[in-house]
Amino acid sequence: MAVTRHPTRRDVVRGAAAVAAAALARPALAQAAPRIAVIGGGFGGAACARALRRLDARLQITLIEPNKTFTACPFSNEVIAGLRELSAQQFTYDKVAADGITVAAQAATKVDAQARTIALSDGATLSYDRLVLAPGIDMHFDALPGYDEAAAEKMPHAWKAGVQTLLLRKQLEAMDDGGLVVIAVPAAPLRCPPAPYERASLIAHYLKAKKPKSKILVLDAKDNYSQQKLFEKAWAELYPGMIERIALSQGGRVTSVDPATSEIVTDFGNYTAAVANVIPPQRAGRIAEIAGAADHTGWCPIDPVSFASRLVPNIHVIGDAAIAGGIPKSASAAAAQGRACAAAIVSSLAGQAAETPRLDGACYNTVAPGYAFSLKGVYQPKEDQYAEAEVTTSPVDAPREVRQREADQALAWFKTITGDTFG
Amino acid sequence: MPSALINVPKKARRGDVIEIKTLMSHIMETGYRHTASGDVVPRDIITSFTCRFNGTEVFRADLYPAIAANPFITFFTTVTESGKFEFEWIGDKGFSETAQASITVE
Repeated sequence: MAVTRHPTRRDVVRGAAAVAAAALARPALAQAAPRIAVIGGGFGGAACARALRRLDARLQITLIEPNKTFTACPFSNEVIAGLRELSAQQFTYDKVAADGITVAAQAATKVDAQARTIALSDGATLSYDRLVLAPGIDMHFDALPGYDEAAAEKMPHAWKAGVQTLLLRKQLEAMDDGGLVVIAVPAAPLRCPPAPYERASLIAHYLKAKKPKSKILVLDAKDNYSQQKLFEKAWAELYPGMIERIALSQGGRVTSVDPATSEIVTDFGNYTAAVANVIPPQRAGRIAEIAGAADHTGWCPIDPVSFASRLVPNIHVIGDAAIAGGIPKSASAAAAQGRACAAAIVSSLAGQAAETPRLDGACYNTVAPGYAFSLKGVYQPKEDQYAEAEVTTSPVDAPREVRQREADQALAWFKTITGDTFG
Repeated sequence: MPSALINVPKKARRGDVIEIKTLMSHIMETGYRHTASGDVVPRDIITSFTCRFNGTEVFRADLYPAIAANPFITFFTTVTESGKFEFEWIGDKGFSETAQASITVE
């Protein structure tokens, strides 16, 4: 809203100080501050909102997130294995709000991209100039016969941290020694690609100490996975004979599940689990589809420089929901995307072209207390899509001191990223 | 690890349509790739797959270089009597594998 005001005689007689103040105030009055809405308060959305605030103090920023507490996924596998409490994963939005960001504790139920409005679950409507979608993932229940929200109460996915994480932990604690834990892993793309294997490792750590006759079976819809050699070496070293993995080409793809009988069916076999951790196929959080930003794959195509949706105007998509080429769907990548997207939005509002981002991603895998390895990548746009510019993976042959050091670094990384985003 | 995986129902009623699934571990090298030194990586694919029931061919497929590694072939058939399915994969470099499975028709 543009408002210009002619000075009145009273203004003039107020003296030099008042004139100076009016002159300072005029730019703000002459042009209303752009309104930026961010849907989703995870690592991507919260990092983006904070970066926007840092880059431009004038912006009116609203972060829309129904949960009052954020529960972080990285290190939630430690919670499943009883090595950490869920409270260590939880953060509030108090500090984000203290930055001058309006935190709306509501779910976004509708986005009208033409009218540039968002409907909230309390019935309110919010207008925006730019919208950042950071909705993360939703489970694609239709993609796995037999699996739905009710089935997840019996066969937890634990792929969003919180009650599901605790449910899987409770089931493991209640399991008899000698039980079979089955982990069903979907085909790519999925959130945090190496996490199923980190989870298998940490569950093995728990079982080795508490229920040593038990076994873990990983039924995998993929043949190869990130940091595979490192995991396989760690399993042979730490948990010999405890973890069996059936890959895609060995018939590992899960085709249906039956929560009533705890049966898991693949193309070539049937397995009955004492504890079933069924990680279903995933897609972008539902609001992305409602906004028209998701394509037939269920994920959101973006311009890699600006994170602008390729399908709807004035909407940017970051984090797990975006199709970001070689960038894995991870917390650190989401936060890096959030910051780069903030910079692109500020440039675009100023009528400038966005700078080509160079994103850092780090992914730590802890396979036992004091034993971790990592993949660190630098990602840059190449021909309309993100590609790996550099990738460093921990050496396969390294002494235990190196693994210990990486375990320490993993904890330091978590402290830093959660501090930057929520602290 | 067996190189062939097959899934045939153990039992069926007469005339039932049944689904058969097969997976053969194979590299399926196209013959169109080159090594770093420029040599062609020779073609090495499965060229044919056959399924017989009690000696009679019920399904056949010819495979080509565009088919991905570890071909997964699934098809439907009907059965009118108990018997034995025999599967055969034939390919380059003298590749030949067989597998079989029995079904009881009630």
